[in-house]
Amino acid sequence: MSIEKTKLSVILASLPRVMKVARRINAAFRQHLEAGSGIIQVRLKDNSVARHYILRDGRIDTAKGLHADPDLDIAFVDAGVALRFLHPNPDQGDIVHFIKNYQVEMVGDDAVGVWFATLVKKMQSGMWKQGGKMPDSTIRYVTNTNGGPVYVFVRDGRIIRTTPIDLAADDPESWTIHARGRSFTPRRQATVNVHALSMKSVVYSERRLKYPMKRVDFDPDGDRNPQNRGKSGYERISWDEALRIVAGEIKRQKTQHGPGSISILHGAHHQMGNVGYWLSALMRFSNIVGATMMEFSPISWEGWYWGAQHHYGNSLRLGLPGAYGTLEDCLKECEMIVFWSSDPEATSGLYGGGEGTQRRLWAKELGVDFVHIDPHFNSTAQMLGGKWLPVRPTTDSALAHAIMHVWITEGTFDQAFVEKHTTGFEDWRAYILGESDGTPKTPKWQEDETGIPARDVVSLARQWARKKTYLAAGGLGTGFGGACRSATGQQWARNMILLMAMQGWGRPGVNFGNLQCGVPLDGTTYFPGYAEGGISGELNKTAAAINNFTRMPHVLTMNPVKQRLPRELSMEGIRDGHCSGYAWDGMSLETQFAKVDYPMTGYSKVHMLYQYGASSFGTTMNSSRLIDMYRDPSVECVVNQAIWQEGETQFADIILPACTVVEREDISEVCGCAGFAHHNQSQMNHRMIVMQHKCIEPLWESKSDYRIFTEILTRLGFGSMYSEGCDEIDWCKRVFQSSDIGRHISWSEFLKKGYVVLPPQLEDARDPVYMRWLHEDGKKNVPEPHPLPGDYSGEFLDGLQTQSGKIEFLPNSLRRGDPDNPERPVLNRYLPAWEGRTTADLARKYPLQLVSSHPRYSFHTQADGKGSHVSEIRDHRLTVDGYAYWIVRLNARDAAERGVAAGSLVKVYNDRAAVICAADVSPLVARGTVKTFESSAEFDFVIGSDGKVLDRGGCMNLLTPSRTQAKGTRAIAPNSCLVNIDRWDGVWGAA
Amino acid sequence: MMADLKWNMVVDVALCTNCNNCVVATQDEYMGNAFPGYSAPSAPGVKVMEIDRHVRGADAMVDVSYVPRMCQHCDDAPCVRQGDEAVVKRADGIVIIDPAKARGRRDLVNACPHGAVVWNDVENVPQIWTFDAHLLDQGWSAPRCVQACPSGAMAVHKVTDADMAARVEKEGLTVWDPQAGTKPRVYYRHLDRVTTHFIGVQIHAGEGDGEINVSGAEVELTLDGRRVMAARSDAFGEVRFDGLADASSGYAVRISHPDYPADTCVVEGALTESRVVTVKLGR
Repeated sequence: MSIEKTKLSVILASLPRVMKVARRINAAFRQHLEAGSGIIQVRLKDNSVARHYILRDGRIDTAKGLHADPDLDIAFVDAGVALRFLHPNPDQGDIVHFIKNYQVEMVGDDAVGVWFATLVKKMQSGMWKQGGKMPDSTIRYVTNTNGGPVYVFVRDGRIIRTTPIDLAADDPESWTIHARGRSFTPRRQATVNVHALSMKSVVYSERRLKYPMKRVDFDPDGDRNPQNRGKSGYERISWDEALRIVAGEIKRQKTQHGPGSISILHGAHHQMGNVGYWLSALMRFSNIVGATMMEFSPISWEGWYWGAQHHYGNSLRLGLPGAYGTLEDCLKECEMIVFWSSDPEATSGLYGGGEGTQRRLWAKELGVDFVHIDPHFNSTAQMLGGKWLPVRPTTDSALAHAIMHVWITEGTFDQAFVEKHTTGFEDWRAYILGESDGTPKTPKWQEDETGIPARDVVSLARQWARKKTYLAAGGLGTGFGGACRSATGQQWARNMILLMAMQGWGRPGVNFGNLQCGVPLDGTTYFPGYAEGGISGELNKTAAAINNFTRMPHVLTMNPVKQRLPRELSMEGIRDGHCSGYAWDGMSLETQFAKVDYPMTGYSKVHMLYQYGASSFGTTMNSSRLIDMYRDPSVECVVNQAIWQEGETQFADIILPACTVVEREDISEVCGCAGFAHHNQSQMNHRMIVMQHKCIEPLWESKSDYRIFTEILTRLGFGSMYSEGCDEIDWCKRVFQSSDIGRHISWSEFLKKGYVVLPPQLEDARDPVYMRWLHEDGKKNVPEPHPLPGDYSGEFLDGLQTQSGKIEFLPNSLRRGDPDNPERPVLNRYLPAWEGRTTADLARKYPLQLVSSHPRYSFHTQADGKGSHVSEIRDHRLTVDGYAYWIVRLNARDAAERGVAAGSLVKVYNDRAAVICAADVSPLVARGTVKTFESSAEFDFVIGSDGKVLDRGGCMNLLTPSRTQAKGTRAIAPNSCLVNIDRWDGVWGAA
Repeated sequence: MMADLKWNMVVDVALCTNCNNCVVATQDEYMGNAFPGYSAPSAPGVKVMEIDRHVRGADAMVDVSYVPRMCQHCDDAPCVRQGDEAVVKRADGIVIIDPAKARGRRDLVNACPHGAVVWNDVENVPQIWTFDAHLLDQGWSAPRCVQACPSGAMAVHKVTDADMAARVEKEGLTVWDPQAGTKPRVYYRHLDRVTTHFIGVQIHAGEGDGEINVSGAEVELTLDGRRVMAARSDAFGEVRFDGLADASSGYAVRISHPDYPADTCVVEGALTESRVVTVKLGR
């Protein structure tokens, strides 16, 4: 026998001894051992080495040679492969390689395979210590949220409190920016949003889904009663029955209808993490099942993706500008910040906690001027003060044109920059001056449209030209949300780029931003963001291919179903059996012109909806449409896997209760997205990577999403393939090992402490300022791997992604891809909204314009409703007669005309639906505008006598139009929404 | 001497953004947690801390201030007087309603002139913001609300009364309702944003396409003909005279600019709230 074979025999023979030691000292191992049983056989393919293990009732027995009837047979091609595979600290690349090339084969009962692989892993992972013991006998864990990381203090398996994390003295030093004779250093805390601090209230919410449930009149083997979805009640069933029904239905769907009939639907966000995230665990599940996935529109980027990017590129940011170096440049140079539909104090950028607040207060201390263009005197305006220009919703582009008119007629724009770095300006100039269409876009011209006095436009334009100005467009300052989500959203975003082009974008003190991004952090230390797909193995619909897939070897997964259901049209797709959208794909400017047709030739139409989470009524336009979708007779089965009974959970046939992020392990970077939001963590004052501890055991009968997927797939024989023999903690370690943070902290220390802070960039090695290279005629010099090399028209790093390599006033990509579209013209002319004050008939009936922004206090539906602390915040929901109503904000005069008193209930309505809200009456909203937030988690409805939905949960998107911003796009336009408001004196239920 | 050190809180109204971290951090601390001797568990809807909104101005000249309100830990607290043994004033200045002794004491809710005592129906006790005394006693350096505040609007100081008095004097701190005479240990900075008014002036000139904001005008505020303060109009032709107390009628603004004839505008009526006046020059 060779030395390797001898060695293997010895190792296999000694394994039971090692396991017996583990059984004695390792509680997690012992529990797992006692929870399962099986006969596992390990051998070389030629049977020259063979041994089997009989594991039953916690006993460990073994014998040399083959077993007559093993539950699981593991066969290695040779002893060398076996030794490397069985190594206590194996090379994960080896393991994946051996599996992919059939050098190791596992045959038998998949459930035993998953159980045994996990058992082996627990010999190590069961000994890992998580969290730290505190003097008051609590254990201090850490988790991460969409609103920042928190310490979680636990005693006797119960969460006592959650607090923001103050950096320790031995965490790396913070950065300092020297500007205008002052030094600015951030507070040493990872600041959080209020929805992060509400964690405990939603974890222990009475609205948690506690057990698997089945709709009482859903019989998978008989009458399914789809018409009763949203009406009938539920009965508790066992996990065994739930999994049997779901796995059985997956099989039945595929057998009966063929590929494509199962559709997996989900929201845009999940609780933070790299393992449990929808782009990770769910994507891996979807690919292995083979499912029709949704085609999203980038719904917070809309106008930038479908519009702005055509002028200057940045498709790999979905049209948003980058922010490198802008914090320091802004603090040193900037004299005025124009916040245009930009309320970072409300929206916290994206996952930014309270990080930007202190920096904006520095700008105030420095005497920077502020202007706020927004129909709402918003939270940021309230904090900073400055000039408020209450523009009418959807008319912002007219204001932008008039500003440019002043600059052109007064010669106060950067003519040298325009000449050198842009194309098409002459045509643009002729349009603005009215030479080409007879209408000069003067300040007076815009007055009737926008409601902004012409004199204020002149003042603004002159100040802007005179002062070094940052344009804060959207919540991030570099786009995102707000005005880009209306019928005129892409016009507006396009104008933002053109304004900056005329003022010499990249010149010191002239850039995009609102101090939310561009912090001098070190971006070179690699840690994956959630958009990198985590454990998904999906290379095309995540950013895994860039780093994750090579850094964390794991088995590739591919979805054989190429059919996709455009999210905003999924209701029509189900109802009518067909629909069409356009692609979300940032690889180039051109990919968005591709049509996405449902159904795709050859695939089955959808007959099963596997809904993940329950946010759609609060987040999908004209969302009454969902009711018909769920009740459509062609939908044979609806599964809802969710944490809480809320939103659309009430429309499911089978409910699978998932646990929250604090009841399972995960790992993530605070504010870390990667992908289309590359270096998103530059919103943070300190880069922080978090071990998301399993702080408590899953409550009631809930299970982690990963566990649910594993158990469904194990019933179909895919469990080992899905899990790769890993529990969530094992995946966390694999993510840790795939990153660079091992240079800063060991795995065991990371597990105990729960986070690591990465040092900032050295002061003299900070990133250059965004677009400075263009301004200075240099080559691109910021650490942003965009555009793709093939998208440079000239030399590598020379110029922009556009055909000319310059900022194009009349984009070539639109000329080529969509040349004759009257709703998205090549020349970005002003087109009034298709739902707004100029649609006179509708406006007479519904004279108020509803603006529903990203919510301030909840993260979309997360932390809203369900008895959360957030729902008791006066400015989020208002409790009237014991019910917490959503809030609409309206001008005192609009309220008075309708007899609406502050704090009273009102009915907000149009032809689509009606929502009962509580009124906040003040002068802080311009006349004619109603300001609210989107993303109510509560959908509490009746169907009125007019057949329309009447909701008191607060789903304002019941009212918003589902029409796309412009032909040729799939851009949502919720901020083009006319409504009226009446006092609500009705009695709920008596309607 | 250590025994002389007492807790005080300072809230900067100018820095409060209404983010509600203080409110929710406090709810988080007491939800489901009993701290014997300090506090019974909280209950849904029972909030011992709230943020009040104060809006000033009209049209497009407005401002907003937020004032976190909670137990003021008064040195001359009516609740302590009325509470007998149930409400205790500790040596470090903190007021505690003993959750065991105060069972059923609904009367204590009305004892507080600041409205800071709330009733918890589930636990059948009156409750206040305890300064998170149970945490301070364990060595925490600040209560939850202070730690959770991202803008630094809240701070606590454990100092002697003499040192605090000096700070109050130096920093111009005030208390919420001095008339109540209860000697609060919670102080506010920039509370004048709530207690005083502003007069906003918008100045423009010209007609039609020629209408412009007049910047750089010298604007003087007078009360009964006496100069109160003066400022130049900004790029948008605006001036804000802030910090004005309630006054009967008598305010006026005088505007002078080299390009226009001087103008005076009387602020009609009594000043009981912030006002915005628009002046068109050259008529």
